[in-house]
Amino acid sequence: MFNETVLKEINDIRVKYPDRRSALLPSLYIAQREFGWLSHEAMLCVSKALNLPEAEVRGTASFYAMFKNKPVGRHVIQLCTNISCMVLGAEKLVDFIGNKYGVQPGGISQDGRFSLVIMECIGACGTAPAMLVDTDFYDNLSEQRIEEVLGKYK
Amino acid sequence: MEKFLLKNIENPNSADVDEYVKVGGYRNLSKALYMQPKDILEEVKKAGLRGRGGAGFPTGMKWSFAMADPKFPKYLLCNADEGEPGTFKDRPILEKNPHLLIEGMTISGYTLGSEYGYIYIRGEYPYAKDVLKKAIQQAYEKNYLGDNILGKGKRFHLGVYQGAGAYICGEETALIESIEGRKGQPRNKPPFPVNVGAWNMPTIVNNVETLSNLPYVLEIGGEAYSKIGSKDCPGPKLYSVSGCVEKPGVYELPMGTSLKDIIYKHAGGIRNGKKLKAVIPGGISTPVLPAANIDCAMDFVAMQKAGSMLGSGAVIVLDESVCMVKVTYRALKFFEHESCGKCVPCREGTEWLRKILHRIENGQGREGDIELLTDVTWIMSGKTFCPLGDGAAGVVTGMLKYFRNEFEEHIKNGKCEFVS
Repeated sequence: MFNETVLKEINDIRVKYPDRRSALLPSLYIAQREFGWLSHEAMLCVSKALNLPEAEVRGTASFYAMFKNKPVGRHVIQLCTNISCMVLGAEKLVDFIGNKYGVQPGGISQDGRFSLVIMECIGACGTAPAMLVDTDFYDNLSEQRIEEVLGKYK
Repeated sequence: MEKFLLKNIENPNSADVDEYVKVGGYRNLSKALYMQPKDILEEVKKAGLRGRGGAGFPTGMKWSFAMADPKFPKYLLCNADEGEPGTFKDRPILEKNPHLLIEGMTISGYTLGSEYGYIYIRGEYPYAKDVLKKAIQQAYEKNYLGDNILGKGKRFHLGVYQGAGAYICGEETALIESIEGRKGQPRNKPPFPVNVGAWNMPTIVNNVETLSNLPYVLEIGGEAYSKIGSKDCPGPKLYSVSGCVEKPGVYELPMGTSLKDIIYKHAGGIRNGKKLKAVIPGGISTPVLPAANIDCAMDFVAMQKAGSMLGSGAVIVLDESVCMVKVTYRALKFFEHESCGKCVPCREGTEWLRKILHRIENGQGREGDIELLTDVTWIMSGKTFCPLGDGAAGVVTGMLKYFRNEFEEHIKNGKCEFVS
């Protein structure tokens, strides 16, 4: 269950909106931060904190791409392969990450270090290809730059 | 043209309130508070400002509908859910010039009689979210936000709401559903959000760039503003250029600048000395234009005449080495992923189109596939709940109009000539 500090954080968000339901997305982010992904327990915590039916919490969470419905690695790589990134070689970078770190799109590397998610545009088309690692942003990617960047994430 | 939206952003501290004030920031808010809301509305109408999110609806008209509604409170929502692939025009404002947006929103809030505003920012912009939060805190400390703005007894409160990765939330009613804690699925219209919006109250949803234009409208006056760029769609415009160009980036230019000039004069032309093949002019939901058709003005009216749309002004440049079947397939993969699932033509149609395109791209295309693509796009066009389905269909239709031969060759030869 959420501890008192987290419940206070959620309550502070609740009072910013005319309806408690508006705190749902921010609370799901908090639950994901606390549990690593949106497990059954995490959804139940949100449901109780906001007094919303669990089915509605689950239904809303499953709609959004940034909420994880299964366990993830210690670091989540979110690589864009949409058109601007694609024409500048993003798909080859997916293969490179797969070969080098043993992680396929939608999967986790065997050592649990990385998850790889193919993103639908992260708004960095001018410096494509680009990716987010956790919440850190990297662009102008090449195989060499990916190696340098990912080396920092243990 | 002198920059306004991107003014001072080369300064490494441009997001700081003191740096913004040094270059004239917040003086237009001060000016606004000495004006009557109806007079500000009049300036916006005179300026001819049109929404920069993609639809191009006249801002003054939208505002007047909300102002005429007596219900209170009214809400002002800033659409910072910049999710259209190719679009990153709002990002420099959010990350480097956040006080311009805050100033624009406070002016708008005062004009509309709204005391509460929220910036709905896409989840994929975590850095911009942090910059905005800090800037809002600074604006409160300096009395540009709060219960007694600049000591004039006016009230406006502002918060940031983080989306969670759904392109459809850029559609205004889906954005409202999302901020209310629901799946971001579009609502039926009417009623329009200006009358029944967030939490069932009158709500104005404007794009980041639109709201950031407000201080400029007041600075130079509506009439002077209306003389910038195109007659039908005046003002400065942010164009984001990406793909196969030498100098991709965000360019602030007068609305109506020629697409050819944007690519060749400003973005440095095609990279690696290659030839231009095609341009997707306004983000991937806008129909493609072949290289021969790019001598046209980039505004809402002229682009429609040219057979495409201005959209968000996101220019994606494709050179001669790019396979158009693959581009179409990737676009449809996006639309399938982002379809909210509410209406059948979009939910089923995007998946169907993607599957057909996948087999054509992979050398398993069948005779009749092009006709099938045409049929499915006809079934979708104009028959979906919101513009997402129309956009998906329009992409395929545009590609077939200009690059049908590539689709035919893929099917006939069972392979893609662009794969090395």
